[in-house]
Amino acid sequence: MSFLDEPDNELENTRPKASSASRDAEPVAEVTAVDKSYRMDEVEVPVLRQVNLLVRTGHFTVVLGSSGSGKTTLLNLIGCIDRPDQGKVRVAGCDVNSMNDNDLADFRAKHIGFIFQNFNLLPVLSAYENIEYPLLLAGISKKVRGKRVPKLLDAVGLGDRAKNLPGQLSGGQRQRVAIARALVRKPRLVIADEPTANLDSHTGAAILSLMRHMQQRYQISFLFSSHDRTVIRAADDTIHLKDGVIQSIKRRLGSSAPVAPAVDPDEGESA
Amino acid sequence: MIDLALTIRNLLRNRRRSFATFIALAIGTAAILLFGGFSANIKLSMQTAYVRTGGHLQIQHRDFFLYGSGDPTAFGIRNYRRLIEEISADPLLQQQVLVLTPTLQFGSIAGNYEAQVSRTVIGLGLVARDYNRMRGWNEFDLPQTSPPFALDGAPADAAVIGTGVARVLQLCEALQVQGCQARSVQAPVDAVALPDDIAELALGETPANTPMKVGTAPRLELLASRVGGTPNVVSVQVIRAERQGFKEVDEVYVMLQLPQAQRLIYGRDDAEATAVMIQLRHSSKMQDVKARLETLLQGASGGQPLVVLNFEELNPFYVQTIGMFDTIFGFIFVLIGTIVLFTVSNTMNTAVVERTVEIGTIRAIGLRAAGVQRLFVLEGSLLGVSGAVSGALFALATAAVVNQLGLTWLPPGSGDRLPLVLLVSNVPTMVVGTTLGLSLIATLSAWLPARRAARLAIVDALRHV
Repeated sequence: MSFLDEPDNELENTRPKASSASRDAEPVAEVTAVDKSYRMDEVEVPVLRQVNLLVRTGHFTVVLGSSGSGKTTLLNLIGCIDRPDQGKVRVAGCDVNSMNDNDLADFRAKHIGFIFQNFNLLPVLSAYENIEYPLLLAGISKKVRGKRVPKLLDAVGLGDRAKNLPGQLSGGQRQRVAIARALVRKPRLVIADEPTANLDSHTGAAILSLMRHMQQRYQISFLFSSHDRTVIRAADDTIHLKDGVIQSIKRRLGSSAPVAPAVDPDEGESA
Repeated sequence: MIDLALTIRNLLRNRRRSFATFIALAIGTAAILLFGGFSANIKLSMQTAYVRTGGHLQIQHRDFFLYGSGDPTAFGIRNYRRLIEEISADPLLQQQVLVLTPTLQFGSIAGNYEAQVSRTVIGLGLVARDYNRMRGWNEFDLPQTSPPFALDGAPADAAVIGTGVARVLQLCEALQVQGCQARSVQAPVDAVALPDDIAELALGETPANTPMKVGTAPRLELLASRVGGTPNVVSVQVIRAERQGFKEVDEVYVMLQLPQAQRLIYGRDDAEATAVMIQLRHSSKMQDVKARLETLLQGASGGQPLVVLNFEELNPFYVQTIGMFDTIFGFIFVLIGTIVLFTVSNTMNTAVVERTVEIGTIRAIGLRAAGVQRLFVLEGSLLGVSGAVSGALFALATAAVVNQLGLTWLPPGSGDRLPLVLLVSNVPTMVVGTTLGLSLIATLSAWLPARRAARLAIVDALRHV
C-alpha cells in the first residue's frame, strides 16, 4: 500500500467525488483566454497573451521556452499563487479565479505541490520536519504524519537523513526533500519551476528520474517549466511557449510516457 | 506548536541580532524596575515618616489646616477627650486604629535668657507614650527605624528641640549636638538671672509635683499668648536636640509634654487640642476609616466644624514629591518603551526582508496570510517576553544585592542618612505591569512588519533576491 492509499483524516480530500476513470478523463488544469502582464516601473509588460491550455491528469507535462517567455508566470497562475488579468483558470475542477486569498491558500495546501528551482526548504527545519510541515498546516494527526513522512523519506532515498538540516544536505538531496514535501499531501498537481536548473547535469537527470518515478508510482500530474532539452524526453506532453504565446502543444498518445532512462538518484550528486 | 518551534529556531538562527534585541529589552526593563524600586522606597519612606510623626489621619477644626499656622490655638477642639472616647468605643474603628492621640500646636517665643538669645518657635504638645508608639510604625518593613522618643518617661517639664533651635539658642554644647558650629559673633551678656516677673509667670505654670531640676539640663522659657491674649510663660528643661529634615523646621521645632503645652496656652482653663492624630494598622484602610470617622463626627463633634484629613492632604510636599517621581517613572517608561518599539520593529523588519523567499514558500504550500502574520508577531512577542522577564529577574537580583550592601544616602527632608533600599519585589504590580507593558510594546512593534510580511504577493516574495 502506498502512502496515497492511506486516509488522511477528516480534513482530507475535498477533491471532487468522481470515479477514477472520470477523474482521469478531465484535465487537472484548464487555462482559457488568459492574459497577464506585469508593471515594470512605468511600463506595462505583457507576459501571457490569450493562453489556452489543458493539462492532462496523471501526465508529465513540460512547459518549454526561453527565459522571459512566460513559463513561470503560466505555472504561477496554474499553481494558484497569482491571478490572471483576464481569462479563466480551473484547477482540479475548481474555478480558482473566484476564490479569495484564504480559500486559495487552503486549495493550494490540498491540491497543489510545489518544487522550486532553489529548493526553498525552510532552513531551520530538518528534512523530516520540512516534509511534515504541510501536514502540520492541515492539522493532520501525528499518527498519520508518523507513517507518511518516513515512507516518503525512504521513497526519495533519504531515510537516513531525516534529522539533517537543509544546510547539511547536497543540492540534489535538498531537491529530493522538496519533492517529498510536494507530494506529502497527496496533491492533484505538482508544479515544478525549473527544478533541475540549479543542479549539475548528472544530479538533474537523477532528480528528473525520481520525479518521473514518483509521478508514475503515485499517478500525480506534474507540470514543469524548463528550457532543458533533456526534460523533453521524459515528458508526456510538451508545451512550447514563446513571448507569452503558446507556439505548440505536443502530446504523446497513451496514458503515460515511457519512464526515463533509469538513473540512480544518488549517483553523481554534488555535495 | 510548529509555529513556536519555527519562531524559536528563527530567533536562534540570527543569534547576534536576537541577542542584541533581547539585551535592549532586558536592560530597559531592569532600568525601569530599578528606578521604580528606588522611587517606591522614596514613597514608602516618606509615607512611613509622615505616618510616624502625624498619623494617617487627623481630626482638626475645619480652618486649622489653612489658617492655623498663624494662630493655632484659635482652632482648638473642645472636649477632645470625649471625642477620643467615642472613637475608641467604635467597634469598627477599634480593629483598625493603632494609636489615637491628641496634639496641641502653638506659636511661641523660646528664650535662653542666660545667653540673651530668643527666637520664635512652633511648639507641639504630645502624649509622649502615644507618640513613641507611633514612631515604631513600620507597615512596609523598611530598614529605617526611629530612635525612642526622648519625652517618653521624661519629666513633665521636659522638652525636645530641633538642632537648629539648639544652635540658634546656643544650647549645642550643653546638649552635645554634633556638628553644631558656635556663632562667631557673641550676643552681649548683661544679665545672668531670669527677671522676676518672667520667673513668676513660669513658676505659676509649673506643675506642683514636678521638680524643676535646675542645673541638670539647660532650660528654655517659652512665652506664648494664652487664649484671650494674656502672655504666659513656662520653663522647660531641654533633654535632647533632634535633627529635623528641613532647616526651616529644624530651627523652630520644640516638642513638649501635652499637659505642659496646654498649661502654657490654656492655663487652668479647659484644655483643648488642635488635632487628634489617628494611626492605623494598615494604610490600605485609610479611606474606609476616614469615611467612618466622618460619619461618627456628625454626632460627636459637639457642634464644632471638624474635618478628617489624611496625611496626603496634610503634607502637600509628599504629594508633590510622589507626583514628581511618578512623572519621572512615566517618562523613563515611555523613553524605554520607544527604544524597545524601534529596536524590535527594526529587528522584525530585517527578519522579514531576510526571509522573504521563505514567506513566499510557506504561503505557496498553503499557509494563510494570517499564519504568516502570526509567526512574526509571535517572534516579536517571544523576544519581548523573554527580554522583559529576564530584565525583571535581573532587577530583582540587583535590588536584592544592593539592599544587602548596606549603602546609605541622605534623602531630602530627612535628618539622618537612610539605608539605600530598592523596593522592587515589594511592588509586584510594578514588576508585573512593567514586564507585561514592555512585552506588549514588543508584540505591537512586531505587528506592522508582520502585517507587511503577510501582505507580500507570493510571486514577488518567491522572486526576491
